Amino acid sequence: MDIIFITVPVTILFIATAVAIFFWANKGGQYDDLDSPAHRILFDDDVQTSENESKTDEDQEPPK
Amino acid sequence: MTDCYHCGQVAPSNIELTARVLGEERAMCCIGCQTVANAIVQSGSESFYQFRTDTNTTPDFTLDNLPLSVRQELTLYDNSDVLADIAMHLDNQTYETVLIIEGITCAACAWLIEKQLQQFKGVNNVQLNLSQHKLYLRWNQDNTALSEIISRIYSLGFKAQPYTPDAAQQQLQAEQKTSIQRLVLAALGTMQAMMFAVPLYVGEWSGILLQYETYFRFAGLFITTPVILYSARPFFTAFVRDIKTRHLTMDVPVSIAIGGAYIASVYSTFTQGEEVYFDSVCMFTFFLLVGRFLEARARLRNGEAGNELHNLMPRACVKILESGEETLIPASQVAIGDCIRILPGNTIAADGVILNGSSSVDESIITGEFIPLQKNTGDPVIAGSLNVENPLDIRVTAIGKNTQISTIMSLLDRASQDKPKIAQLADTLAQYFVAGVLITSVVVFTAWYFIDSDRAFWITLSVLVATCPCALSLATPTALTAATTALRQNGVLITRGHVLETLRKSKRIIFDKTGTLTLGQLTIEQTQIVDQYNEDPLRIAASLEHFSPHPIAHAFQHEELLPVTQLHNHVGEGISGVIDGLEYKIGTATFISTDMPESASPPDPRHWIALAQGDNVIAWFLLSDEIRPQAKASLQSLKRLSLQCELLSGDQSTHVAHVAGTLNIERFHGGVSPQGKLDYLAKQNPEDASIMVGDGINDVPVLAQAPVSIAIGSASDLAKTHADVILVSNQLARLPQLIKQAHKTSRIIKQNLAWSLLYNASVLPLAAFGLLPPYLAAIGMSASSLVVVFNALRLNKLPK
Repeated sequence: MDIIFITVPVTILFIATAVAIFFWANKGGQYDDLDSPAHRILFDDDVQTSENESKTDEDQEPPK
Repeated sequence: MTDCYHCGQVAPSNIELTARVLGEERAMCCIGCQTVANAIVQSGSESFYQFRTDTNTTPDFTLDNLPLSVRQELTLYDNSDVLADIAMHLDNQTYETVLIIEGITCAACAWLIEKQLQQFKGVNNVQLNLSQHKLYLRWNQDNTALSEIISRIYSLGFKAQPYTPDAAQQQLQAEQKTSIQRLVLAALGTMQAMMFAVPLYVGEWSGILLQYETYFRFAGLFITTPVILYSARPFFTAFVRDIKTRHLTMDVPVSIAIGGAYIASVYSTFTQGEEVYFDSVCMFTFFLLVGRFLEARARLRNGEAGNELHNLMPRACVKILESGEETLIPASQVAIGDCIRILPGNTIAADGVILNGSSSVDESIITGEFIPLQKNTGDPVIAGSLNVENPLDIRVTAIGKNTQISTIMSLLDRASQDKPKIAQLADTLAQYFVAGVLITSVVVFTAWYFIDSDRAFWITLSVLVATCPCALSLATPTALTAATTALRQNGVLITRGHVLETLRKSKRIIFDKTGTLTLGQLTIEQTQIVDQYNEDPLRIAASLEHFSPHPIAHAFQHEELLPVTQLHNHVGEGISGVIDGLEYKIGTATFISTDMPESASPPDPRHWIALAQGDNVIAWFLLSDEIRPQAKASLQSLKRLSLQCELLSGDQSTHVAHVAGTLNIERFHGGVSPQGKLDYLAKQNPEDASIMVGDGINDVPVLAQAPVSIAIGSASDLAKTHADVILVSNQLARLPQLIKQAHKTSRIIKQNLAWSLLYNASVLPLAAFGLLPPYLAAIGMSASSLVVVFNALRLNKLPK
């Protein structure tokens, strides 16, 4: 049972670290905008121009 | 009929505009949308159209035909003095600034803007905040000028303006950050304190060695202390304030419960006493902070714009030097006595007297009159009004704080202070509750002191802990949050906390006319043809008016125009021109009747415009400001909700009576000045909690003073910042829904309060008789809080 004399301080240390990291992130403005990053990750990069053109060519012959 | 692919508006069938997007020709409703769509496709960001979840807004203008005022503004942004004003200079021509972006409808818009701006050389940080519509920008002025960046934003169909927040807003943002920190610390602390409490609870059942018990108590103390010192601090500061002002609020029992339980637990830890409450202390703090946080968020308005007055005033104007030369100067550098030139379509930068020129001036934003006034040499003009057709040279008589529009602002400051404070139900209740708890505690302590003096302190403490008003303090904020979220999703933005509570008590709703009940645009309401004529009179009228910038001209629309020669514009009177060799005139009755006094008199005193060929009047057009489509139905449902509808307008014309008649409004007043509106409101019984609905600058003071004020989404920024509610979607039909939601919210709040009081009242005897173990108190508290939260979630749906 004496192991708790080590594990409890370790837990407290973890919590302290978590709080410190959160405070640092919050001060840096990471929690100012909670909407845009969630959406931004869903968007790919631009349609490549060459890809785009080949796509339009395909579109002109509609699959039936 | 097809909808515009870009903005979703109906594309007129008579014009064929398309743009090739994502490999298909898509219908466009106007040149503006087409240009923007092409710009997006050509710049390689076509996938924007795949990503977006909502249609865009219709652009007001394209990059090729920007209004002069915007073009002037753009060139000013590269002036180093102006730049120093709106941006922060870092080093080596690197600047940092925040821009407010208008027209963002979904997350893809943010992606598009960021993507496009990143392509510029020298732009090294672009971040758009979606919830506030602010763009954080860092760029190198040598590589890319700010004007170029802003023009790109315009070319994508958005509008941009530098943002400079005032001190109050900055403070609010800082407070919001701190409150998140307090909340997170309390959450983590609660988790850990509960973890350390488990061995103690288990130990009570099965026995625990004293050394382990003391060890876990110290661990709990270690975790709880920062929660008390940092997270719970707002309660203690409020407690001190309440004691000083002798005003009981919820903070009093909260502070006594938290503080008392903490001090008792600390004492118990060091003296190996009976009980510790560290987990409960943390949990109280966390629950109460959640309540406060939700409330603050529900009350904080979204996307508010700074620079209230600035948005209204032009940033640049043309100054005429004594040598006759013209120079462009920032509007802030205009001095009294200067001669400035106001071009047609521009906003007048300062109060002044016309030196030269004559033109119509649109003062509707200040006076509410829907027809522009004719101004000639020697007439005064007001800053903030719009010059319609001809250039005007004016001698500046007042600038800055002394302009007439600023006088309205100072009226406004006074009005906001006079706003009646309506006590909130929860606050009144809290007073009784607090008094009750404190008296009970004293009684319990005295009673137990005589029965068993050793247990008196602990039992009194458990009474305080059991009655800690967690559910009670969550009752109002959760209901408010759910109700305002539901409203916001339907285009009604609540910006002040008291609104839903006050709306419930309202008995009267007062409307402004121009722009609120009406659309604020002139249309032809009625046509009277005097003489049968082989050509459609509307077609002739539209052809004559086609090139006129006057707002009246927009009312005359026809698809096929006739060629006009010798077109002549008689300022303030009308237009004459020759079509097919015949001379036509269109204009006011006086314009026509100077030539032929007898026959030309309008059918009634409303705003009739005559079209004449030579000496004969062909037709009369009745112009009026069209009433909003849903106005009539909305007013009827408001009346059914037993609200008295009234009309209060700055407009002096007979149009006020006409609008009131159409909408069945019995009480109406026209020609009321901003001060007059304030006086009218002051005469009303404050018990009636009158609602004021408006849009213009002339409504701003009265909006600020009214118990509840509602601004239309298309209102001036100034009106919006001072309104309690903004109808973002411009739909009057939302008004009855808003009132119904207010009633429902009040019902739910009452249920919540009743439930939490019932809970507190029922555990009170158990605690008072010393029968309530701390873990049961904790479970009961969480369960009653959950009931309150779930009940509040019923408000997520708006009543029909």
